[in-house]
Amino acid sequence: MKFGKDIISPENKVFEKTKLLTDEYLHYCPGCGHSVVHRLLMEALEDLNLGDETIGVAPVGCSVFAYHYMDIDMQQAAHGRAPAVATGIKRVMPDKTVFTYQGDGDLAAIGTAETIHACNRGENITFIFINNGIYGMTGGQMAPTTLENMKSSTSPYGRDLKSMGHPLKMTELVANLDGVAYATRQAVHTPALVRKCKKAIVKAFKLQKENKGTTFVEIVTNCNSGWKMRPVQANEWLQKNMIPYYPLGDIKK
Amino acid sequence: MEKDIKLMKGNEAIAEAAIRAGVDAYFGYPITPQSEVIEYLMAEQPEKRTGMVVLQAESEVAAINMIYGAAGAGKRVLTTSSSPGISLMQEGISYIAGAQLPCVLVNVVRGGPGLGTIQPSQADYFQSVKGGGHGDYKLIVLAPASVQESVDFTRLAFDIAFKYRNPVMLLTDGVLGQMMEKVEFFEQQERKKEDEPWATVGKAGRGHRNYITSLFIKPEKMYEVNLELQKKYREVEKNEVRYQEIDTEDADYLFVAYGTTARICQKACQLAREKGIKVGLLRPISLYPYPYDIINKLADKVKGVMVIEMNHGQMVEDVKLAINGKLEVGFMGRSGGIIPTPSEILEALENKFINK
Repeated sequence: MKFGKDIISPENKVFEKTKLLTDEYLHYCPGCGHSVVHRLLMEALEDLNLGDETIGVAPVGCSVFAYHYMDIDMQQAAHGRAPAVATGIKRVMPDKTVFTYQGDGDLAAIGTAETIHACNRGENITFIFINNGIYGMTGGQMAPTTLENMKSSTSPYGRDLKSMGHPLKMTELVANLDGVAYATRQAVHTPALVRKCKKAIVKAFKLQKENKGTTFVEIVTNCNSGWKMRPVQANEWLQKNMIPYYPLGDIKK
Repeated sequence: MEKDIKLMKGNEAIAEAAIRAGVDAYFGYPITPQSEVIEYLMAEQPEKRTGMVVLQAESEVAAINMIYGAAGAGKRVLTTSSSPGISLMQEGISYIAGAQLPCVLVNVVRGGPGLGTIQPSQADYFQSVKGGGHGDYKLIVLAPASVQESVDFTRLAFDIAFKYRNPVMLLTDGVLGQMMEKVEFFEQQERKKEDEPWATVGKAGRGHRNYITSLFIKPEKMYEVNLELQKKYREVEKNEVRYQEIDTEDADYLFVAYGTTARICQKACQLAREKGIKVGLLRPISLYPYPYDIINKLADKVKGVMVIEMNHGQMVEDVKLAINGKLEVGFMGRSGGIIPTPSEILEALENKFINK
């Protein structure tokens, strides 16, 4: 088979990158779930024709630069405060679509209060919650979602539940709140799961457009660098260890 | 036209002024002695009058970040709190200054440190004008000395905030927040209709995205942003210095005091003149930018300068900087919610410069 300009033709096209992703090089580690979720999120907004009216809020963590890649209006928030920032945006522009994109340290540790209260008020915003059980950006420290006995740079002998507490199931927690319209847990480490995840994101934005209340999409992903594994090995470890503790599917629909 | 005059508490007057200034949103959290602001707004239901949004946040931390979000959308936004609450907001204030967003903050100062007291104080001067949060930034700080000024400065603060894309703070205190005075209101202003070109409101019709951030990871870029901020602050220092001179023309001695303390010093000036001592008052209205030049000039005409504050000596450092060693500067302060009286202020001046 020849590779060259002669194969670039409309009938051969099988994939096109969404126009809502910029052409900047992603800084994420090869194999990381963030890039997949970025694409799904922007595809969902493009499919729903919401790119022009959406404001996203980036967190502190690996996805702090999300606004470099998402070709929509965005704000970068202080660590953990994205739900409060999104509340401010949505309250003054209730007709616009607003989402936060947050990791587990941001959403489930330093920003737990903002998360719970935005959900409890039923803020009509969408949470995209990336749970990889570790702090990626700062170099692999323990997160509230780190599993029992899982090693990290601040739990070098494994997470001891007695002294370090239990892995926090945020999505189950917020699903209990009356303000939350939709709470689901998804993953992106297989092609089938990627397709399911996109459907969940689309559903969340549709519900937001219908003013149903808070929509919350957790995505369990790997962090091969933080976990000190190769990408494939990390995905296998995720399937074997993360998914049993963080089971996939809708928790509130 | 008939004047719109009311007898109102300072805190409530600020709330009414915010509605009339065409503010788009208020986010806040109750704390004594400023809770009347949000109570008045909730009772008044400004969403029916102007469409203004009012939301009680779960904390001051959340409130200031709601301000960040709505300010990033280019809206006129206000929060109010008192000292411990303002401390909680410092991270957010630094981000707002770093991202160059306009907003108005009101600190109805109470005594500290720590949980302190709910009584009035001026102990947050350093926090307000010298930083407070992390990084090389400036708040523009206005210090009203009456309920009338609290109202007028609320509107003025929004004009300044949008002119420079910078947070503006009104530094009042428990006296100004709680006391009732006669106040004349300005007419209802329209809420903003046009979107700011830099605001994040969705990129429709613009052709490019906007983003709000204070993150500049490359040192060269961060340096450049800091130089841009400094350039802006020099403009502010050129254009926004505000002060009031009272009886300074023939004065032999000068009080320097702001806010509530300036009101008390006015009475002390009267008592002094009854005793034949010619005392004047310089009242800084803008605490940043600070009226260094006028204080320097007045120092050439008087025999002594006395700084009065409700703390143990904060603004006095700026007065000393202004005078730059050419004259002795005296200081008298009370703290912890104790308000100095006119006679003890006069006595302090006499002991320092006359009966020595």
